[in-house]
Amino acid sequence: MKWIGVALIAGSLLLPPLFAGDFYINLASQILIAAIFALSLNLLVGFGGMTSLGHASYLGVAAYTAALLTTRYGFGHGSAAIISMTATIAMAALFGVIALRATGLGFLMITLALSQVLWGLAYRMSNVTNGDNGIAGLTRPMPFGISLESAASFYWFALIVASFAFAMMAIFVSSSFGSSLKGVRDQPRRMAALGFNPWMIRWITFVYAGFWGGVSGLLYVYYHKYIHPTSLSITGSAEALLGVIAGGSGTIGGPAIGAALVLLLKNYASAYLERWNMLLGLVFLFIVLVMPSGLVPGFSRLIAGLRGGSR
Amino acid sequence: MIVPTSGYALEVVNLKKAFGGLVVTQDVSLAIRPGERRLIIGPNGAGKTTLFNQISGDMRPNSGQVRLFGSEITRLSPHKRAHAGLSRTYQIITLFTDDTLEHNVTLGLLGLRATRWQMWRPLSFYGDLKTEARRILDAVGLLHLATHPVSEIAYGEKRRVELAMALAQKPRVLLLDEPLAGLSNIERSQVKTLIASIPRETTVIMIEHDMDTALDLAETVTLLNYGRVIVDGRRDAVIADERTREVYLGV
Repeated sequence: MKWIGVALIAGSLLLPPLFAGDFYINLASQILIAAIFALSLNLLVGFGGMTSLGHASYLGVAAYTAALLTTRYGFGHGSAAIISMTATIAMAALFGVIALRATGLGFLMITLALSQVLWGLAYRMSNVTNGDNGIAGLTRPMPFGISLESAASFYWFALIVASFAFAMMAIFVSSSFGSSLKGVRDQPRRMAALGFNPWMIRWITFVYAGFWGGVSGLLYVYYHKYIHPTSLSITGSAEALLGVIAGGSGTIGGPAIGAALVLLLKNYASAYLERWNMLLGLVFLFIVLVMPSGLVPGFSRLIAGLRGGSR
Repeated sequence: MIVPTSGYALEVVNLKKAFGGLVVTQDVSLAIRPGERRLIIGPNGAGKTTLFNQISGDMRPNSGQVRLFGSEITRLSPHKRAHAGLSRTYQIITLFTDDTLEHNVTLGLLGLRATRWQMWRPLSFYGDLKTEARRILDAVGLLHLATHPVSEIAYGEKRRVELAMALAQKPRVLLLDEPLAGLSNIERSQVKTLIASIPRETTVIMIEHDMDTALDLAETVTLLNYGRVIVDGRRDAVIADERTREVYLGV
């Protein structure tokens, strides 16, 4: 049973470039990018109990920095990527110090406020960011001299990065540190009494989540070859949060499924429906009512129930 | 200013804590020797748990000092006190309900080890932690429930998990906050046997609401009332004291 699931997942990841047209391959690439982003947010929301509404900051800042460095300052893709990631990590470190002065709703509001500041800067500081016009004319990197221009080649590239990201985050949550994080989420006082430093554990997780948010930002800018302030907007943060909750926060696969769902609705349904946002709302409402803990925990419970029933 | 007084495991000096106008700890001083078994008794609202919270660092006193083996820890954060050898249990059971007993005790072990920062290796790869956690569960008689989540076990068993987590840390000073609260007679004697078997390297300070329940475990007794130390000394002397009778019998 488990192997059927693994085969299904592997098949659905490996087959698109072989059969599907460019539209669907590109959609699959975008799903992978959104999945990395949602998984990184899930480290905070699901495993750390820190609900953030500003996660687009890390995607946006990494993407903008890389775009500016390559177009305006003539950096190569390799060094631009390294500098962008360093800048994103530094920013996450600083934002973490500010946001972790609060927990719960306060934390959410601070993360939201900080990301709105960045969004405002991207819009208004037009001499640097080109404002509402965004930055166009970007190129994709050529790792080991391989061109990523075709839809299929970019998909393979995104799949490799996403697989690595998924593995790293899965190991992270099952590690000793992951156990410390979950412990701090559930019983912070007890964890402190046991010798764990709750603040430090939360802060390190915050920075780590920012790092993977930045990775998804680099993929995002490589894919679109264009960057616009909306990438930093609250919509970006909220859609990812929606995906995390719909798929199942605190699970390893849930956010990826949720992110895929949001993206499919957005790209696919919007072709037929003008008010696709309403459909997204209805789907989300349905999930929350029927499977409050999310799709992945909901379906695994359903399957377990059916098996128990057939015995 | 303060000369570190050696010879005591835990010292509390003129501790004061008030919430607004409500003074909950008034000038409390305690001196507890290494290996001592101290019982702190007092009626409801006497300030017993508040005193523990100040010793463990969950609350900051308004004034006064707490010293652990001669070194000042009054302003130290709770996790640093744990590393200095202080461990505690809670009156209201504070466990990780969705996790197994084994995982709960493992967290107790992990808290004092550098391994807790390890991010790139699954926790399940650490066989030594698992073995040690199971050994401790065996010692408290819960090995058969090791793989059950805490939410599935009985109340009395949860009390023993509380104890197992603290004992896993091999503390130098152990604070037990009403470890016998809400237990049946059989469970009570089980937990008492367990407390009695704690090695002498660990100093044990225990809070109990009733005077009689844990008296036989104690060598020395402190009676608190309205945030003050009323009587303090050898067990028999405290029982015989007139003021003890006054607090407990109201005569």
